[in-house]
Amino acid sequence: MSALKRYWRVALGMVVIAALIIAPMYLNRYGLFILSQWAVMTIAATGLNLTLGYAGQVSLAQGAFVGIGAYAAAIMTANGMPLIAGLGVAIVLCFAIGWILGYPALRVQHHYLAFVTLAFSTLAFLVFRNESWLTNGIYGISNIPRPTILGYPTNRPLPFYYVCLGSLALVSLATWWLIRSPWGRAFVALRENPVRALSLGIDTRRYTLMAFAIGSALGGVAGTLYAPLTQYIDPVPFNLSLSLDLLMMVIVGGSGFFFGPFLGAMIAVLLPEWLRFTQGYYLMIYAVAVILLLIYSPTGILGILDRYLTERRTKAASALRAVAKSGLEPAP
Amino acid sequence: MSNLLDLLIAGLATGAIYAIVAVGFTLLWQTSQTINFAQGEFVMLPAFLMLAAMHAGAPFWLAIIFGMLLSMLLLGLGFKMLLVDPMLRHGVLPLAIATMALAIGLKEAVKQFFSAEASPFPSIVPAGDISILGRQVALQSVGVLALAIAAVVGLTALLNRTSIGHQMQATAQNPVVARIIGIPVERMILLTFLINAFLVALASLLITPIYLAKFSSGEVLGQAAFIAAIVGGFNQVRGAIAGGLLIGVVDNLAAAYVSTQYRAAVPMVLLILIILLRPQGLLGRAEERTV
Amino acid sequence: MKSGILAGILLATMTAGAALAQSGAPIKLANVAELSGGGATVGTNWKNGIDLAIEEINAKGGVLGRKLEVTHADSQSNPGVARAQVQKALDGEPYVLLGPGYSGSVKVTAPLAAEAGIAQIMGGEAAELTQGGNKFLFRTSFGQQSSMPKVAKYINDEVKAKSVAIVWVNNDFGRGGRDVITKELAKYNIKVAADLSTEAGQADFAADVSKIKGAAPDAVFVYLNEEESARILKELKRQGVTVPLIGETTLVGQKVVELAGDAANGARGHVGLTTDAPVDLIKAFREKFSKKYNYVPDHNGIKGYLAIYMIKATTEKMGKVDSKAFADNLHGLTIKATSEPGILMDATFDQNGDIDRQGFLVEIVDGKQVIKQVLPKLN
Repeated sequence: MSALKRYWRVALGMVVIAALIIAPMYLNRYGLFILSQWAVMTIAATGLNLTLGYAGQVSLAQGAFVGIGAYAAAIMTANGMPLIAGLGVAIVLCFAIGWILGYPALRVQHHYLAFVTLAFSTLAFLVFRNESWLTNGIYGISNIPRPTILGYPTNRPLPFYYVCLGSLALVSLATWWLIRSPWGRAFVALRENPVRALSLGIDTRRYTLMAFAIGSALGGVAGTLYAPLTQYIDPVPFNLSLSLDLLMMVIVGGSGFFFGPFLGAMIAVLLPEWLRFTQGYYLMIYAVAVILLLIYSPTGILGILDRYLTERRTKAASALRAVAKSGLEPAP
Repeated sequence: MSNLLDLLIAGLATGAIYAIVAVGFTLLWQTSQTINFAQGEFVMLPAFLMLAAMHAGAPFWLAIIFGMLLSMLLLGLGFKMLLVDPMLRHGVLPLAIATMALAIGLKEAVKQFFSAEASPFPSIVPAGDISILGRQVALQSVGVLALAIAAVVGLTALLNRTSIGHQMQATAQNPVVARIIGIPVERMILLTFLINAFLVALASLLITPIYLAKFSSGEVLGQAAFIAAIVGGFNQVRGAIAGGLLIGVVDNLAAAYVSTQYRAAVPMVLLILIILLRPQGLLGRAEERTV
Repeated sequence: MKSGILAGILLATMTAGAALAQSGAPIKLANVAELSGGGATVGTNWKNGIDLAIEEINAKGGVLGRKLEVTHADSQSNPGVARAQVQKALDGEPYVLLGPGYSGSVKVTAPLAAEAGIAQIMGGEAAELTQGGNKFLFRTSFGQQSSMPKVAKYINDEVKAKSVAIVWVNNDFGRGGRDVITKELAKYNIKVAADLSTEAGQADFAADVSKIKGAAPDAVFVYLNEEESARILKELKRQGVTVPLIGETTLVGQKVVELAGDAANGARGHVGLTTDAPVDLIKAFREKFSKKYNYVPDHNGIKGYLAIYMIKATTEKMGKVDSKAFADNLHGLTIKATSEPGILMDATFDQNGDIDRQGFLVEIVDGKQVIKQVLPKLN
């Protein structure tokens, strides 16, 4: 039976992947842009999910890391360097900043990382805005080129969507591997019971830092895609509200579930678009929908599924037990 | 030197605004581990309730009473029963996220049903200035400062001198034990939500003549108050007041002596330093490590 | 045989449909504006101005006998969202694209509209927008490159200031104005005594004003949004700053007077579009707008209103609804208020899409905007 379920799961995964590859061929430019945005936000949220869902640390600076990545990409490509160089710089920079931020904060206690990242988020915005010599300040950077990959230009919406989707696939595979590695198990051990993890000889601070730094670096990766996607960046989109939005995506999708960020980003990016037919009411309805969803299932969308599956499993198990019990009872 | 005095007085006046809003943050956190990201919007809304009453023809004093009562009903009772109660046992974060969504919803609702324009708001403190130490200070600012002080004195008295206050403190410190010794924990928590709603409505009344009634005016305020609460120590009313005043003053001094472009950075650096050097906040108590 | 008949019917309906599109079907316009987020006040005024103009035109039978129809989309004041919404609007092949108002959002969307060959009438005021050779982009108000020289000239000729303190709001609007005025003041050898950046939504201007006092300039140039303008005017009065206060539409508008009270007295500035202008058509517009929406519009309300009448005038000049030819025909066009009252004041559009029309120098006296000087249209 479990083999059958696994089979179904794989089939479902295949269908979704096929849909993500084939369906966009029939979408207009707007649809492609929105789907690309979804892929980019999913990458950023996946990073935050690593920090929050697996290592249990709240970061309020994921949006700032997306900004750092976006500026790295924009500045470097504007100066004629390839996007891949921007990507490298973004990853290294975000990882290093994450490490430096997390080091002192985690020395103290749990929620202080949240406060430090909150402050960092504002500082990053001010640097983006005020250091005009580097970032062109509030005017922003326009005409950010899209990359040419293996001699194939990705200027058109469809090829660039595949760049975003491909990046999402790579990031997902890397994260999947990471979570299954001893490191990933250490992250989870940390979240579940830090004291026990410590007593088992896990260097808790190092692993927490590592999770935060890797998560931040993924924010940077998302940023390097965001810049060529919109082809224009200014400081405003990377303020605290993006960080809060990303946090919402992780929680709403289901923090600590691998596919949580995929669904969370879908809610945050696609739901407002679907609701636009209500005109001036769409953001209000969106807010109410998110609140209702969280009230119904504080563990997010995948939390609902998880609860349902657990219930079914318990029911199945008790049914089995009942059968076993009746089998054991001596025949009258 | 006279310049510095000007800045200090103005900073204290702005800081007092942050302080009143920050007090509510700490109250909710203490009794029910609620981080209310919509606190700024909670201050924005009552002014609109009062304006709506005035548009319907009510005199100002009646509009104030109406606004206060409706705020306590919506932002106190309603907030607790509809949002906090169902989510509280699932931890801090989902609830915090839900309050973020609530902030969006409140802003949009006011914009849609009232106006995207800023409206002037009548002041209960007469407009005009008074002279303090030879400086011209707005009466409104003095009023806000006086209220902030009254709020902390009143709250401290309530918490320390009355039986209800003691029960509230017990609830905040250890709800399980409080319940065992017969304190109506639920009622105490509800009381803090009502106090918070009362405070934000009062803040709204005092602040809106300066900030103007606008759907987005809670954003800046909420964030400043949140930072004030952290700086002061998240778990102390006194701390919130000190944090608010400090942020107000530091902001002004930063603009005058550091850089206007980076004025918002200085309170943030202060925040980071305080976390590193005195993580429980200026006046906060250290929290026990919960395992 | 059967399929032949079917094809015939199909062809007939199609031609009928095309003919219908030619005469009766509504002309589709798409508006993308800041309806939520930081620019919501700007975008809502713009949207209301558009809706008012369309209602008027449709009540009188539309344009060339066809009704106007507009869709509004919210950019959330975010360039990324603006790009998505403009893309969506362009996918729907509108006759003309309206908005956005934020300069950053205009920068990100203008290439898309140009690529689609659809004219874009927007509200942005940054100088550089119309200097990139985009043949499809049009302004509804003076760009900063045409308003700031007038302000600088006024500061030099009339105020005769030798040093000026500049207070600006650090967003694309404020920063743009500050950069242009700094350049213009330099031409007159006027010194910038203090250069003060402030935050949008800032409530406390004590530090900024005390810096101004310290710099002791001959005049202060204030370039903030209306609400912050009102607050700084109060603070300037409180700290006893008496030098001339000079600004733009956002310093001397009726909204500022309403919010700042008598602290606004004495403030003066250049105004491109104002609902207080001594022009009968503008007074009538203001009346209609206030009646419909229950508040007095700011200049963004007028901008949205004008955008629609620009479309009407251009289309009637062409005598047909031709999206591709629209931009060409609006370039170099002069629209006279006598023949098209909806344009409110005579306006000429140049090859860059910049607008030329009358401007005003005003001063606040006893809580009223008083026009001190009318700056004539250049050509």
